[in-house]
Amino acid sequence: MPRVLLFVPLLLFMILAGFLWKGLSIDPRELPSALIDKPFPEFSLASLQQPDRILTKQDFLGQPVIVNVWATWCPSCRQEHEQLLVIDQTGEIPIIGLNYKDERDLALQWLQQLGNPYQFNIFDEQGMLGLDLGVYGAPETYLLDAQGIVRHRYVGVLTAQDWQELKLMIKGWDSVKN
Amino acid sequence: MIPEIGEFALIIAFFLSVVLALVPMYGASTANDMWMSYAKPLAMGQFLFVIISFVCLGYAFSQDDFSVVYVAQHSNSQMPIQFKLSAIWGGHEGSLLLWALILTGWTFAVSRFSKALPLDMLARVLSVMGIVATGFISFLLITSSPFARYLPRFPADGADLNPLLQDFGLIVHPPMLYMGYVGFSVAFAFAIAALLSGRMDAAWARWARPWTNIAWAFLGMGITLGSWWAYYELGWGGWWFWDPVENASLMPWLVGTALVHSLAATEKRGVFKSWTLLLAIFAFSLSLLGTFLVRSGVLTSVHAFASDPERGFFILMLLAVTMGGSLTLYALKAPNVKSESSFSWLSREVLLLVNNVFLTVMAITVLLGTLYPLLIDALGQGKISVGPPYFNAVFVPIMCTMALAMGVSIAVRWRETTLQSVLNKLWKPAVLSILIGLGFPFIYGNGFDARVFLGISVGLWIISTVGTEFIGKFRNTQSITNRLRQLPLSYYGMMVAHVGVAVTAIGITLVTSYSEERDMSMHKGDTVEIAGYQFTFQGTHVVKGANYMADQATIEVVEDGQPVATLRPEKRRYNVKNAMMTEADIDASLFRDLYVALGEPLEQGAWAVRMHYKPYVRWLWLGGILMALGGLLTVADKRYRQSSPNQEARHA
Repeated sequence: MPRVLLFVPLLLFMILAGFLWKGLSIDPRELPSALIDKPFPEFSLASLQQPDRILTKQDFLGQPVIVNVWATWCPSCRQEHEQLLVIDQTGEIPIIGLNYKDERDLALQWLQQLGNPYQFNIFDEQGMLGLDLGVYGAPETYLLDAQGIVRHRYVGVLTAQDWQELKLMIKGWDSVKN
Repeated sequence: MIPEIGEFALIIAFFLSVVLALVPMYGASTANDMWMSYAKPLAMGQFLFVIISFVCLGYAFSQDDFSVVYVAQHSNSQMPIQFKLSAIWGGHEGSLLLWALILTGWTFAVSRFSKALPLDMLARVLSVMGIVATGFISFLLITSSPFARYLPRFPADGADLNPLLQDFGLIVHPPMLYMGYVGFSVAFAFAIAALLSGRMDAAWARWARPWTNIAWAFLGMGITLGSWWAYYELGWGGWWFWDPVENASLMPWLVGTALVHSLAATEKRGVFKSWTLLLAIFAFSLSLLGTFLVRSGVLTSVHAFASDPERGFFILMLLAVTMGGSLTLYALKAPNVKSESSFSWLSREVLLLVNNVFLTVMAITVLLGTLYPLLIDALGQGKISVGPPYFNAVFVPIMCTMALAMGVSIAVRWRETTLQSVLNKLWKPAVLSILIGLGFPFIYGNGFDARVFLGISVGLWIISTVGTEFIGKFRNTQSITNRLRQLPLSYYGMMVAHVGVAVTAIGITLVTSYSEERDMSMHKGDTVEIAGYQFTFQGTHVVKGANYMADQATIEVVEDGQPVATLRPEKRRYNVKNAMMTEADIDASLFRDLYVALGEPLEQGAWAVRMHYKPYVRWLWLGGILMALGGLLTVADKRYRQSSPNQEARHA
């Protein structure tokens, strides 16, 4: 075996260590999205609850909304669900669900059992919209303004604290308008 | 006072570990017997002082000493005593102390049970473990002391432990898992000692093997317990989530499995030496990487311990020193290690190599899936998502191929085998497993199912090849009992572990294919039928636990008019954190579980109730137990207890 080959493991490790080093300086919960300040991608997908209804971006333009990416295979989504119900009850901002790489039956069961905080759910079975959005796991949450521009992205479970932050952001837009 | 003694004992342990890291190592390189002989007493002293420290923390928990920050954050006066004590490892600082305790414990065990080891080898091994201990104890002392105080004013009561953790699972799962993680440090130390001394022969492999197998068995047991815990405690019947923290334990297990097999080839035939060393380094490095991922907060996870970048930085440094150092050493010294024998293309050596390649590919797959979000983020952007679909898509085909190779490897001998003899041995098991696999979904289910066919055939293939080989051992023998006694324990261990893989595979196949579940809104007296069982909801009443209040439901289960079980799932509200917990109730048996969890209360006394029928779910953990048992059996083999390294025991 050529001696140079024996250095390959060391080299691979050094590359990995470089990434881990970089990873430390990044807050994993607030990853900037490639789409920040860009329009939400166009899509045309079936509704989760009404399979024959086709949803597009036009269905939620005109007001700020939260788009929440969830799936029944995701344990953290279950943890997050309570908080979404709380947000829904305040009636301050509509929540749109993006049911991601999931099975329809399971997802419907989930909503029936845990309660439904969503205005409607986009059924992204193949994960194509998720791909356009740059989703790499569930849950993720996107804040969109009335023009459908992505303003903020949360990765992981949305907490009560995140919700306070979100509210402030939305209030900020209102005051600019007035 | 007591917590200060704990801190002080930890500081003494730190200095002992520094001396252990330096003196015997220097003694070994200068052939100074006296300096080398310091290794044993230092290992003992180090262990002793970490025990003192650990006992002090346990005392602070049992006495509700809420002036200690760690105790105040993770305990509460109302908690039952067994949870107060297991809360020692319910958070970051205490888990690290447990890590240090187990590490120094392993070091002590090596110093006691290695009478056959030459002094210089022992000195190097213990010194390497001393280096690791130095790193971890300084990590504890500098960034995460569990003995820090709230002074002068401290809270009147503690903040309580996360209710999810107030469970039997917390008592057993982490210690078991850490025994495995940390146990790989022994294999790592043996590998480094081999590289340093240039000595890596069959004797070396025979010394390293039992330690590796024990660590591997503990890790497997820890993972099994974790899966079982998640199943009954999270309240929704899942048993594996591809969560980063689960993956962190699976990676060292996969590489450890490869190592166990590669070591076997190194011991028996003197081959794959360089590869064995690399696997030993990686198994422990992945344990450290797992610790890094969990503790640094680099990835988000359901296990979400408090995390902070300073700690992450420290572990990354530890990782860089151990891994960077050992891989450099490997690159420089590995050319000195030569294989001793050759083998043909159809031999057990080749099949073990195949096994190693598959296991390594699986470990890399898990590593990539776990780190992908991180890598993409560090690069700036990315568009790929990772979740169970990714892992399942990659894992299932590799697992199936590997299972086929497992069956073949049993029938193949070391060095060389003729194709004809292998085919002669294998055609019967092959036909048998395919036929039963084809028939099973018709008899058990209702119609052909490719997934079930594959899973059952693969499982039976492993069991039937092991069985054929075992029976073959008795062909030319008069006395069966004598033959049974002659076969080495390590042979039994191998068979038990392989059957364990089959049992787990069958369990996974059947529980994913034939589970049934219903979510129902149920009033008192309502009945639902699932898989032939009638579940009748008899209403709820309030019960009071030590530190919680609960609504407890009573659900009667009847099959064919015969009562089967009375299940009492609970919805608990823990007083201190005001946290809700679902406590499922399970009627378990070998062939099926009936699993009931309470959802939310609805109008007019009705409840959302979730009922599962889970066939063969126990098999998945039973297989895990068999694998671990197999690992332990091989260690009990008498050839590892021989005092003289010159006596070669030739079994296979």
